[in-house]
Amino acid sequence: MRHEVRFSGFGGQGIILSAVILGRAAALYDNRYAVQTQVYGPEARGGASMSQVIIDDEPILFPKVKKPNLFVIMSQEGFEKYGKTASPDATMLIDSGLVHDRPECICIEIPATREAKTQLGRDIVANIIMLGSLVAATGVVSAQALEQAILASVPKGTEELNLKAMRLGFALAVPEA
Amino acid sequence: MRDDWLRADRLPHIYCAGCGNGTIMNCVLEAVDQLGWNMDETVFVSGIGCSSRAPGYIRTDSLHTTHGRALAFATGVKMANPSLHVLVFTGDGDLSAIGGNHFIHACRRNIDLTVVCMNNYIYGMTGGQGSPTTPIGKTSTTTPYGAAEMPFDLAELAVAAGANYVARWTSYHVTELTKAVVAGIQTPGFSFIEVRCQCPTSYGRRNKYRQPGDFITYLRESAVLKDRWDRSSAGEELPSEKFLIGEFVRRSRPAMGVPDEA
Amino acid sequence: MQGNVACAEGALAAGCTFFAGYPITPSTEVAEHMAAKLPKRKGCFIQMEDEIASMAAIIGAAWTGVRAMTATSGPGFSLMMENIGYAVMSETPCVLINVQRGGPSTGQPTMAAQGDMMQVRFGSHGDFSIIALAPSTVQECFELTAKAFNLADQFRCPVFLMADEVIGHMRERITIPDSVQIVRPKPLQEGMLPFAPEDDLIPGFAAFGTGRKIPVTGLTHNEKGYPDSTNPARHESLVRRLVDKIETVRHSIADYEIVNEEAEYVFVCYGSPVRTVQEVVQRAKTPGTGYLHLRMIWPFPEQLLSRFPNVKAFIVPELNLGMISREVERHVCVPVISAGKIGGELHAPDELVAIVEQLRSGGCP
Repeated sequence: MRHEVRFSGFGGQGIILSAVILGRAAALYDNRYAVQTQVYGPEARGGASMSQVIIDDEPILFPKVKKPNLFVIMSQEGFEKYGKTASPDATMLIDSGLVHDRPECICIEIPATREAKTQLGRDIVANIIMLGSLVAATGVVSAQALEQAILASVPKGTEELNLKAMRLGFALAVPEA
Repeated sequence: MRDDWLRADRLPHIYCAGCGNGTIMNCVLEAVDQLGWNMDETVFVSGIGCSSRAPGYIRTDSLHTTHGRALAFATGVKMANPSLHVLVFTGDGDLSAIGGNHFIHACRRNIDLTVVCMNNYIYGMTGGQGSPTTPIGKTSTTTPYGAAEMPFDLAELAVAAGANYVARWTSYHVTELTKAVVAGIQTPGFSFIEVRCQCPTSYGRRNKYRQPGDFITYLRESAVLKDRWDRSSAGEELPSEKFLIGEFVRRSRPAMGVPDEA
Repeated sequence: MQGNVACAEGALAAGCTFFAGYPITPSTEVAEHMAAKLPKRKGCFIQMEDEIASMAAIIGAAWTGVRAMTATSGPGFSLMMENIGYAVMSETPCVLINVQRGGPSTGQPTMAAQGDMMQVRFGSHGDFSIIALAPSTVQECFELTAKAFNLADQFRCPVFLMADEVIGHMRERITIPDSVQIVRPKPLQEGMLPFAPEDDLIPGFAAFGTGRKIPVTGLTHNEKGYPDSTNPARHESLVRRLVDKIETVRHSIADYEIVNEEAEYVFVCYGSPVRTVQEVVQRAKTPGTGYLHLRMIWPFPEQLLSRFPNVKAFIVPELNLGMISREVERHVCVPVISAGKIGGELHAPDELVAIVEQLRSGGCP
């Protein structure tokens, strides 16, 4: 099954890293195929940043996302630029504190940045919370693969913080679990 | 022997009668010979222009490169193999016009190169156009009414940009020049030796120094020993028709491409 | 792994120990990776003052016998043209990576293009020939960069990896082998002049510092390396040899993939558009289609175009307004459809299918 996942937010939120981690989880730890691409402008911080991952059981030929079925949107500008046109059958996770609009597709509201600040004291890990929620809500990669990919991708010394963020993401997506 | 350093089968050279470049080449070869350099561990590098033809007459590995880029090529040679001796011949146009950016950055990096610039105030090979060192008021084919732009002082430029050794002499001062090349080679880091020299054909002809002897007289009489001037001038400005000669700096700032002491 | 990083890893695997470069989007990750890795391998990374100097430095380094590389994109590539010509004339082995972006001028720094395909072939002044490769996967970024060093050493010329922003910034899983094949230049035999060719038209190589006292110049030169620039016969024989040493082997060194020789509609593709073509031909199985995927674009192996006996039209999807399509057109009698696309995005599979359908129904796209 081919998944096309699009991440968008503002520069500095770790939008590209999120896609890299998800792709790594699929390709290296779930042993499937993944291609990660991105769109970026001249801004290093701010602006609308977007990155995408395709995950498939077969080799991926055309490497660009055609019609994303999964969205992770972390800013209002990102929503307007890259989320608004989501098809009705798509699933979108939004950082509910940062995105004011709501899509017409299935929408899962995750207050990632707020929870990152209040529960973990570091808003920098909001993207990892979103990744945790994405995986818990959709199963796009396995939870074990996500954990391994996070550990392989984050700076040394921040592993525990990031794993906490991931687990918080799991819990926020599936509150009853 | 110094003659061993020359490719006999390439002579005669292309330099005009009375040109200063041959004298400078001689001084440089005398210096490397005095230091006992091994020809097989020595690379001469140059760009384009009269000065840059010099390596082609020397019996070592050599790179005669593109206009202005000699220092960038030499940087590659030296950084890839610091055990090689790398010496660069260049001219005023090659070094400070088209190659100006490479010049200041090579000084800044302080790469262990020795650079000898034959400054004849003019583009000789292309027939006598003005260069960044053509003095104000002097005539060339592209400054027929006299040069209007301020010239560079190449030695001061090298000092400001960070070179570890900087000296200036003229083609008249052969003993001092040879000693300066030796001192430059012995100083780790970037060594820059500017040599003001005569070009009777392209510069002298248009500026009343048609005879090489007249040109050398002009160089000798315009040159003021830097040490003496520093002691006696009391901060006074050097008259614009004069220039300083001598050692400008000898220091030991951090350098790149210096061979490991084995 | 990212395409640009895979290029750097390919270079390191091939034994590259010298990198000179200047930061430019979208190629900078190549330099950054080399800056991190080379000092730990006793190699040299140097950030030069511009791309002119970068190209000069790798040529200087190459003459000491090391494997040397630079990486750039459009505007920097333009600055390198002068010394690319010098590398050709002086027969200096070196590797350049060009992660192509939209031009002309500063254009689209962060968007993909293949607009330098003619510049790489003809951009420096004078007559010459070069070798240019184009990766379509991250795996090929690794493999073709490593291969570029062997070709550069074997043919003593600059070899180009013409990547593009899509491939350069794309991340895919790659497999890095324990070692890669390494072919160094054949040595300059005792008694041979440094620029005297052997039967393959290529002279043997001796590094600086090995006692051969080689005078290297960008001027037209004789076999000793001495300038001889006003002798018409000398110039003609030298420049013809520099071209012929590459062009005469263009079919034997060709690197390509052919799918469905029976096809009526044949895509000729290279670089990231290969992925779209594969989707159309292999995944969607669009009837009657096949493709020629060129991993080596220059020298152009035109005989491969005759491998399709039933071809009714060649379609050349490329991220420019039709560069390699012109080259294809020179060699065939059937229609050649230039499917050039600029702006920074890949052709969508549907766009290529539409061209095939239009052709099939007798229309002219």
